[in-house]
Amino acid sequence: MTVTSQPRASRRLLEGSEAIAEAMIAAGCRFFAGYPMTPFTEVLEHMAAKLPAVGGVCMNAESELEAVGMAWGAAATGTYAATGSTGQGLSLMQESLAEISLARVPLVVLNMARAQGDYYQATRGGGHGDYRTLVFAPMDVAEAVELSQLAFHLAAQWRNPVLLFGDYYLAHTTQSVAVDPIDFGSVPAPDWALDGSTGGTGRARLVSPLGGGKRRDDVGYDLSEHYRDCAAATEEMLNRVEPLVDTAFVDDADVVVVAFGTPGRYIRAAVRSLRDEGAKVGWVRPISLVPFPTAAVAEAARGARAVAVYENNQGQMIDDVRLAVLGACPVHFIGGLSLDHSGFGIAPDLDVAVLRERIAAVLDGAKER
Amino acid sequence: MEHIEGHAVINTSAPPSEPARLVEDFTPELIDVGEHGLCPGCGEPIALRSAVEAIADLDVIQRTIAVFGIGCYTAFSNNLDVEVMQALHGRAPSLATGAKRAKPDTVVFTVQGDGDMVNEGLQEVLHAAARGERITCIMLNNGVFGETGGHMTATTVLGQRTKNTLDGRDAEAHGYPILLSNLVAQLEGAAYVARGAVNNAGNVARTKKMLLRAFESQLAGEGFSFVEILTMCPTGWFIDTQEAPGYLSEHLGSVHGVGVLKDRGEERVGS
Amino acid sequence: MTTEVLTRGTVVIDVEACKGCDLCIDACPPRVLVMTEHVVNTRGYRYPLLLAGCTGCRACAQICPDFVFQVYKYDTPLSVAVPEPETQEAEEPAEASA
Repeated sequence: MTVTSQPRASRRLLEGSEAIAEAMIAAGCRFFAGYPMTPFTEVLEHMAAKLPAVGGVCMNAESELEAVGMAWGAAATGTYAATGSTGQGLSLMQESLAEISLARVPLVVLNMARAQGDYYQATRGGGHGDYRTLVFAPMDVAEAVELSQLAFHLAAQWRNPVLLFGDYYLAHTTQSVAVDPIDFGSVPAPDWALDGSTGGTGRARLVSPLGGGKRRDDVGYDLSEHYRDCAAATEEMLNRVEPLVDTAFVDDADVVVVAFGTPGRYIRAAVRSLRDEGAKVGWVRPISLVPFPTAAVAEAARGARAVAVYENNQGQMIDDVRLAVLGACPVHFIGGLSLDHSGFGIAPDLDVAVLRERIAAVLDGAKER
Repeated sequence: MEHIEGHAVINTSAPPSEPARLVEDFTPELIDVGEHGLCPGCGEPIALRSAVEAIADLDVIQRTIAVFGIGCYTAFSNNLDVEVMQALHGRAPSLATGAKRAKPDTVVFTVQGDGDMVNEGLQEVLHAAARGERITCIMLNNGVFGETGGHMTATTVLGQRTKNTLDGRDAEAHGYPILLSNLVAQLEGAAYVARGAVNNAGNVARTKKMLLRAFESQLAGEGFSFVEILTMCPTGWFIDTQEAPGYLSEHLGSVHGVGVLKDRGEERVGS
Repeated sequence: MTTEVLTRGTVVIDVEACKGCDLCIDACPPRVLVMTEHVVNTRGYRYPLLLAGCTGCRACAQICPDFVFQVYKYDTPLSVAVPEPETQEAEEPAEASA
C-alpha cells in the first residue's frame, strides 16, 4: 500500500490535531479518552468538540492510567476507541497496553511526542511481556490523516493496539488536507465483543488478558496456553502487515539517509538539494516503525558506501537500521537531542542547511574509503 | 437411622421422598462450576453468589457486563455465565466507565477487593463516584491482600495482625484505615452507598437486599452505586474458619460499620 | 424412649463439595447441623450431618462458600422420632465434636 495523494477539491486548511481528530472520526472512532498534556492536548479538545455530534463519547480522564482504562472498556464492547498522550503519559499507560494486547482488544493510541526519544518505548513497547504493537510515523498532516484511519482498520483486523507516532510539529502545523474516509476493506466481525447478550446462555463471553475464554471446569486460567496463543497471533500480525516506507534516489546512492516522522521531511529536502548539485545521496523513510521496513533499508544499503541516520534523540532507530544493514556498510549517526529549551522537541537544528552539512560530511568520509 | 452422640441423623444424600418444595439449589445458575479453589471459610463466594442472584432476580442477565479486578475472586471471572471483562489491579472502575459510556443500556458492575480498590485503585473509584458514572462497584473487603498471602491494606483496622503488621496495625507506624464507603457517600455523584457483610445468614440476606437496591439505582440512572461487603478471610487473618465470623464483627465490623450510608432514591421518595 | 421433633424442612448435602469450614454449624438457628468427627470426604475434609428439627430456613445454604446445600421445605411438617438423650448433659453437638 502506498500513501496516495489527496484530491484538491475537498481540501481544507487544518491544524494537525484537528485533522487527526476528524480522520479518527471518519474511521469510525466513537470513544476517546485522554488527559491534557502538551502537545497532545489539542487532539483531546477537538475530539471533545466533535465526538458528541456523531453520537460518540469523549472522556476527560483523571489521569492517563484511567484514559487508557476507559478506552479499553469501551473497545471491549466492540466500539472503535482511541486514547493518547505524549511520551510521559504513554509511560503511565504501558502496563495497560501490554495487557490490552493480551486481552486481544483493538485500540488506537496516539503519541504526540516531544522529539523522537520515544522510539524505543513505541517500538519495543515499554510494558511487560512479549507483546508488540504496530507503529506508524506520519511525516505530515496528510500522511497522518491516512495513517490514523489505517490504524483503526489494523487494530480491528489484528485485535491489538496500534500506535500513531506524531509530534509537536504534526500537532500544530497547519496544512491543506482532505479528510475523506478511506476504505481499507472489511475486518472480521467482532463476535468476541461484549454487550451483555450472551449472559445466561452457557456461552457468556470473556475479554481477559488472562485467557481467551471461559473454562467451565475447576482448572481456571491457563496462562501458559494463553501466552502462547497471543504470541502466535502477534507473530502472524508482524509477518502479514506490509511495512510502509518511502524511498527515493537509492539505486545509485553512495550515502543513504534514514529518518522518520517530521525530520523525514527535512531530510528529503536536504537530499533533494544535494542531488541537484550532483551528490549521490538518497533516503529511506520508514513510515511503519513496526513492522520496520528492514528489507527496504537492506536493499538501499547494499550498493551504498555508508548509511546516515538522523533522529531527534540519542540514537534509537539506528539500532533497527544497523540490524537491517547487517554490516554491509558503516552506519553513522547524524542526529541528536533536540535543542528546544521547553523540552517539547521543537528542534532549532531541524534546518535543511544544517542537515545538508551533516550528510555532506558523511559523503566526504565515504568517498575517502 | 444413623446415630451420632445419641442423636438421630437424617439421610441427606438424596432429595426427600415426602412432598416438599426446593427452596434453595446448590450452585446459583449463573455460577458455572461450583467447585472453586478459594480457601475453606472464604466469604468471597458467598458475596459473589448474592451478586449474581441479584442480577438474575432483576432479570438483567442478558444486558450485564461484569468487570473484575485482581484478587482471589478473579477465579470467578472465568466461571460465571455473565459477560466478563477482566481489568488490572485497581483499574476496574475505568474499564467499567468506558463500557457503560459506550453501551449505556447495559448493567455494568465491578468486583474488586479492598487491596485492589482502596490501595491500587483509590483514584479510580473516587473519580467514577464523583462523576456519577452509572455503574455499580462492589468491594469485597476482608482487610488484607488475600491472594498474595495476607498483607496490610488501606482498610486493615488498628490492631489487626497481618504479614507486615505482625504485632497488629499501629497508628504511629502504619497510619489509619480508610473507610471507603464513608468517603464515597460524601461524593455528590454517588447515589447509593451501603456496607454489608456475609458472616451470618442474616447479614447475607441484608447484603443481598443492598445489592438489589444498588442495581436498581443503576437501572434508574440515579448515579454511582456502591456496595462494600465485609468478607471472612480466615487464611489471611491466621485464625480457624469457625472463628472468622466473630473476628469479622469484632474487628472489621466495629470500624467499617454495616448499614446503608446513602440512598438517593429513598431521599427522593421521602421528600 | 423416643421423642418427637417437628421438622419443617431438610437438606441434601453434597459431601464431596464440602471443605470442612464449619460456618454452617453456627449459622443454623435450630442448631441441627453437626460436623463429623472422624469421618472425612475423599478430599480429607469433615462435613456436616443433619439432625431432626430442620426448619428449611436456608441459612446453611446462604452461608456456605462451597454450595454444599440444597434446601427443601416439606409441604406438611414431619414429626421425626428421635431417641431421647441418655444423660442430662445433652451437649451441643458442635461443642462436643470441637
